[in-house]
Amino acid sequence: MNFTATLAIALKALRVNKLRSALTMLGIIIGVAAVIVMIAVGGGARAQVESQIKNLGANLMMVFSASPTFTGARSAAGATHTVSEDDAYAIARELPEYVAGAAPALRGGGQVVAGNSNWSTSFYGVTPDYFDVREWTLAEGRFFDQAEINGAAKVAIIGRTVATNLFGDASPLDEAIRIRTVPLTVIGVLASKGQSPGGSDLDDVILMPITTARNRILGATALAKSRSVGSIQIKIVDGTDSKVAEEKVRELLRQRHRLQAGQDDDFTLRNMTELLQTREESSRVMALLLASVASVSLLVGGIGIMNIMLVSVTERTREIGLRRAVGARARDILQQFLIEAITLSLIGGLVGVLLGTGGAQLIGELAGWPIELSLSATLLAVSFAAVIGIFFGYYPARKAARMSPIEALRHE
Amino acid sequence: MADTLIRVTDLTKDYRLGDTHVLALRGVSLEIERGSFVAVMGPSGSGKSTFMNLLGCLDQPSAGHLWLDGEEVSQLSDDALAALRNRRIGFVFQHFNLLARTSALDNVALPLLYRGLTASERHAKSEQRLHQVGLAERMDHHPAQLSGGQQQRVAIARALVGDPALVLADEPTGALDSRTGIEIMALLQQLNREGITIVLVTHEHDIAAYADRIIQFRDGRVVDDQSNERRDAGADFSALPVLT
Repeated sequence: MNFTATLAIALKALRVNKLRSALTMLGIIIGVAAVIVMIAVGGGARAQVESQIKNLGANLMMVFSASPTFTGARSAAGATHTVSEDDAYAIARELPEYVAGAAPALRGGGQVVAGNSNWSTSFYGVTPDYFDVREWTLAEGRFFDQAEINGAAKVAIIGRTVATNLFGDASPLDEAIRIRTVPLTVIGVLASKGQSPGGSDLDDVILMPITTARNRILGATALAKSRSVGSIQIKIVDGTDSKVAEEKVRELLRQRHRLQAGQDDDFTLRNMTELLQTREESSRVMALLLASVASVSLLVGGIGIMNIMLVSVTERTREIGLRRAVGARARDILQQFLIEAITLSLIGGLVGVLLGTGGAQLIGELAGWPIELSLSATLLAVSFAAVIGIFFGYYPARKAARMSPIEALRHE
Repeated sequence: MADTLIRVTDLTKDYRLGDTHVLALRGVSLEIERGSFVAVMGPSGSGKSTFMNLLGCLDQPSAGHLWLDGEEVSQLSDDALAALRNRRIGFVFQHFNLLARTSALDNVALPLLYRGLTASERHAKSEQRLHQVGLAERMDHHPAQLSGGQQQRVAIARALVGDPALVLADEPTGALDSRTGIEIMALLQQLNREGITIVLVTHEHDIAAYADRIIQFRDGRVVDDQSNERRDAGADFSALPVLT
């Protein structure tokens, strides 16, 4: 017997019991839809984490001075250094096999005024290395150069959020802004990066030469007189184990800060890559959890199919007997019921795909989650549904095929 | 010299039913000629059903031999038996055994489905057979839309569609009123005149009277086997008062 004829019989049998077929498919529909939604949401979350890693700068590590503020007391007893600009240069110089770049950053905050607009934001005094380490690019304008650092030039590069709040849609290039009464000229606008993994706005920032920040804006404070910086941003060499790089940097800094064994660090090292990896790991665990829920649903759906197929085989015993009498081989009967089960689960799978795709988009819309629909996941879910049809359809189909034609014909 | 279609020698069938050992058939030997119309009779438990199952290749004997159309079938595999049923045997049942919610045409075409014919070939042959049993106008009707006699005609068309050597009819009039029963017997006689060998199981002597040979079974053995001057079912039907 050929396949299309068998398929036609299967479809007809399913049409005869429309409600029953639909209810039987429900388990598969829910299971497949759950798989699709899960993968879409999980994939979206992973893509978000990945883009955040990219936004932050890949392979990023940060060293903070242990002092909580620029003006705060030295925290660690006996420490003679906080993190300094020279630490940054030393890291870059002495650990070239681990570190691709180390950029000191001096942080400050306050009111920024431009014309009659004002905005409260953070600013960083940085060196040109900073752009590289944090992978900042420009939307317009230019970066400052070493000469401008040496001369503590009154220039600034502003983030997208700052630009929008101070200048609206107008171009901020060559406009003047004032921070703590110091006038700066905007020479560039950073390309937007969006949110950090912590949820803060990465575009709400002003960058300026480190000397400008230290000498002109933070000039009054005691810390500004030293070469101390709030943080050092380190980009580790691609492919390096971030843990190893972290240890090397720690070692170097402890040595430079003349810390004895057993003494606490007078700085904080934060490995952003690891942080994000942890986050990715937890989203993977979440996805795994959802996957197990989905597979339980598919399993229950499969058992539902088996149940209904067993009922169907019993109901159609005489039909089976008749088919056997007019020449159907046992394997024709097996094929017929197997195809019926697979058709049930495949249709359920396809409906589940439609429902899951729609559901994922709806969830993305309502919850504001990023959604990433995947073709391979869809194919996987549908083929999994087919496999369930085969697995749970086989036993009833075999039962039908093994019936004695005589007994089957005599069945009331 | 008549041509032998069926030859059985010392055919025996026993099986276990729970703890009891049932000897359903105890050595039956006989021959049936091509083109004959044979009635098999006997009380229940006489072994006639077992004999018919063996004749229909639905079952295999415990011992003895069965030749159908020159082919020894008693030792064939399950698949080979299915193929044999498909090509050589047409079944007519007491309760018609038509597929519900399926048109008369598709019911008739069912055996051809297992022969790998295309849909158009299946339908052409089936239409021809429905014509032969006088149901050309009812091809699209489902069994529920047909009378009992019409349903049995569809079943007969199904039995014929594969051009079988033998038609086995198991109580074909059992579920019909006597008038319709005679009508069906007239159809079977007509088919027999056209050359089809028919073996009929019945417990009604009136029905057996339409055959040319009557074989009686009792306790798993043939106890009587006589030729019979067949009654003409067509004439009997014409003689019936016309229903108003």
